[in-house]
Amino acid sequence: MPRGVRKPLVMAVAAALLLSATGCAEDPTAASGAGSGSTIKVGILHSLSGTMAISEVTVRDAELLAIEEINAAGGVLGKKIEPVVEDGASDWPTFAEKAQKLISQDKVATVFGGWTSASRKAMLPVFERNKALLWYPVQYEGLESSPYIFYTGATTNQQIVPGLDYLKEQGKKSIFLVGSDYVFPRTANKIIKAYAAANGMTVLGEEYTPLGHTEYSTVVNKLQQAKPDAVFNTLNGDSNVAFFKQLRSSGITAAAMPTVSVSVAEEEVVGIGPENVAGHLVAWNYYQTTSGARNDTFVKAFKGKYGAAKVTSDPMEAGYNAVYLWAESVKKAGSVEVEAVKKASAGISLETPEGTVTIDGENQHVFKTARIGLVQPDGQIKEVWNSGKPIKPDPYLKGYPWATGLS
Amino acid sequence: MTGAVATVPDRTAGPGPAPLSRSRRLAGPALFVAVGLLLVAVAPAVLSPFRLDLLGKYLCYAIVAVGIGLAWGRGGMLTLGQGVFFGLGGYAMGMHLKLREAGPGGLPDFMVWSGVESLPALWRPFANPVFALAMVVLLPVTVAVLLGLLVFRQRVRGAYFAVLSQALAAAFVILLVGQQGLTGGTNGLTNFQMFYGLDLYQPGDKRFLYLVVVAVLGTMFLLAWQLSRSRFGQLLVAVRDGEDRVRFLGYEPAVVKTIAFAVSAGMAGIAGALFVPMVGLLSPANLGIVASLELLIGVAIGGRFSLAGAVGGALLVNYAKTIFSEESADNWIYLQGAMFVIVMIWAPRGLAGLAADARAAVRHRRRPPSRSVAAPIPSGTPSANGSAPPGSADPVDPARPVDDARPADQIEPTGVPAVAAQRGEEPA
Repeated sequence: MPRGVRKPLVMAVAAALLLSATGCAEDPTAASGAGSGSTIKVGILHSLSGTMAISEVTVRDAELLAIEEINAAGGVLGKKIEPVVEDGASDWPTFAEKAQKLISQDKVATVFGGWTSASRKAMLPVFERNKALLWYPVQYEGLESSPYIFYTGATTNQQIVPGLDYLKEQGKKSIFLVGSDYVFPRTANKIIKAYAAANGMTVLGEEYTPLGHTEYSTVVNKLQQAKPDAVFNTLNGDSNVAFFKQLRSSGITAAAMPTVSVSVAEEEVVGIGPENVAGHLVAWNYYQTTSGARNDTFVKAFKGKYGAAKVTSDPMEAGYNAVYLWAESVKKAGSVEVEAVKKASAGISLETPEGTVTIDGENQHVFKTARIGLVQPDGQIKEVWNSGKPIKPDPYLKGYPWATGLS
Repeated sequence: MTGAVATVPDRTAGPGPAPLSRSRRLAGPALFVAVGLLLVAVAPAVLSPFRLDLLGKYLCYAIVAVGIGLAWGRGGMLTLGQGVFFGLGGYAMGMHLKLREAGPGGLPDFMVWSGVESLPALWRPFANPVFALAMVVLLPVTVAVLLGLLVFRQRVRGAYFAVLSQALAAAFVILLVGQQGLTGGTNGLTNFQMFYGLDLYQPGDKRFLYLVVVAVLGTMFLLAWQLSRSRFGQLLVAVRDGEDRVRFLGYEPAVVKTIAFAVSAGMAGIAGALFVPMVGLLSPANLGIVASLELLIGVAIGGRFSLAGAVGGALLVNYAKTIFSEESADNWIYLQGAMFVIVMIWAPRGLAGLAADARAAVRHRRRPPSRSVAAPIPSGTPSANGSAPPGSADPVDPARPVDDARPADQIEPTGVPAVAAQRGEEPA
């Protein structure tokens, strides 16, 4: 191209970049306070890009649905809730940065966000330092109880321990542990090994693969040799697709060697392909098929807003509940001020899609009913066992003698 | 191309500055002082603590960028694994801070929840603040020296070196993630409050830390600048452009490259150590392939042949990432990608190349042909480079090295495809 054309173009690009740089450099000191103005700002902080996006986008959708419903019913304290959405980008430091941004720039009343333990650990100091609130909606490995985080997903005694109890009840004597290589599976397996030792189960093996790993023939070989009664699966994300496909093609059936998965929900079953995972077990607190009028309205509203083909899952429901629990606490406190909301939240009980959920004021976790489900060929999950009543959260497993020394 | 090599002894023998006007000679230092004042005096006054923290983080990346500018821009070593050195420095510092927080006999929080019962011997010495500080530099430098001597002696270069350094970053991340009890796994190290007596929860102390980062960046910049205008710097450029010829002249290119690589590694280590208190966490996500590439992209956008360009690029890219993602949480990643593509298409030598072009154009207009020999070739197009006798008449100009893309232009081996192919990189 003639230089006469190129040069101005180059200059224009440079100028545009510079402008965009300086244009955003101003510092909005006049940000609207969370309590003042006609709306209450809340932050929504999930990964909208990167490996975790596929899971976390659904939680964001569920949280936005809850906000919409509360606003349609008149909002809280006479004000509408205004969500400020940020992208955690599947990158833990970004979660910390965006959390700080929501708190100090947007001055949000609270934040709903996170999925991976790593993102929670990255955000925890930010919320504690700023004395701000985070609602974390995913089952996790326990051993944590921050005064500035509410945990609306299951802790270990509401998901993993019931899963093990179920296996024991079914007479499974030997188990094999397969997991992704990060904090949740490693900590979960530590707990599982302690449980097994105290309950006469043997752990025949323990295998970790990196997140995103897709080659499972070695692991499947080891399973074939070890012949455990059951497999406890803490794989996360797309690894499950490869794992279940290779498990099935090697001829291992769910009847001969069932797996219990704690990170495979309706959303993941669609990805894995129901035919590959049908007959295997999962442990959660909520399924799309969970009975109750409250769940029917939730599923209907979700499909109505995002499409009839969408499924609902446990983390989505926990995110949805988090918004309602926060709104209830605010109503009770009569303010969005953090300490007042924390204080008001203790003992708040709400009818949710999974049943009655109550905030435990002691550790800011919630009482949840444990449910073991069987994956059906149509991709839905059928409940085969539940704990009967909501289980009191015990993040440090203090009520379990075999777990002393874990924390 | 003979000219380029022939000038090496020339230059090193007597680095006499080209006859320059006073204003041009002072332009570089003036820019340095102006930017320094902006960072030290203006930024803390106008930015909120949150924004100042972010700027501090960008400046940490800028320190890495200075090192990359030296290794890649001057030395032609396309290092795709700078995150490893960043991580070594960062983990050395992070572990020290964790151990201080845990107190004598205590265990860092992540070890407690990973089921580690006693402090592994590996980390014990890191409780000592002096030892930790030393390790911040020594660890990355040692790894770089060992690696450099090993691969550069084997004449691994170009794309092979790039792939090797990238593989190193990948392996390092797998190691960190796998050793959860030792390193905190995917979570990394989080939750720091104290840093050598500074309370990181206090905005005042945080501001002081920011100033420390600015000072370190300034020092590293001057160090790299001094290094690249020294005899060593000339030799480094010569190795980049004709390694075999330098060897025939009696130098050992492996040593020259190793030194530059080690310096860049040390800078990355220092940056990592400052990143930890500045940002408050360090995880394998900060050091992997993607993070290492992002560091490199900043340098490419700013202009790898110019140290100032490298710094500016690192700041710009990270700032753009923040702003794009705040403005458009759903689509920011496309905006960022578009920015990279646009800059690389229209300004292959980065923004510093653009600035050099602009300056040259202005000068050209102001003062036509009489000084055409000393004036830089006002273009980055290959045809213009190829037709010009490379660098023979215009040695590196010590008065304007800060943002000078000229020597690089002229020594660029675009006219000699064989050398370019050896180096395995694009004649950008």
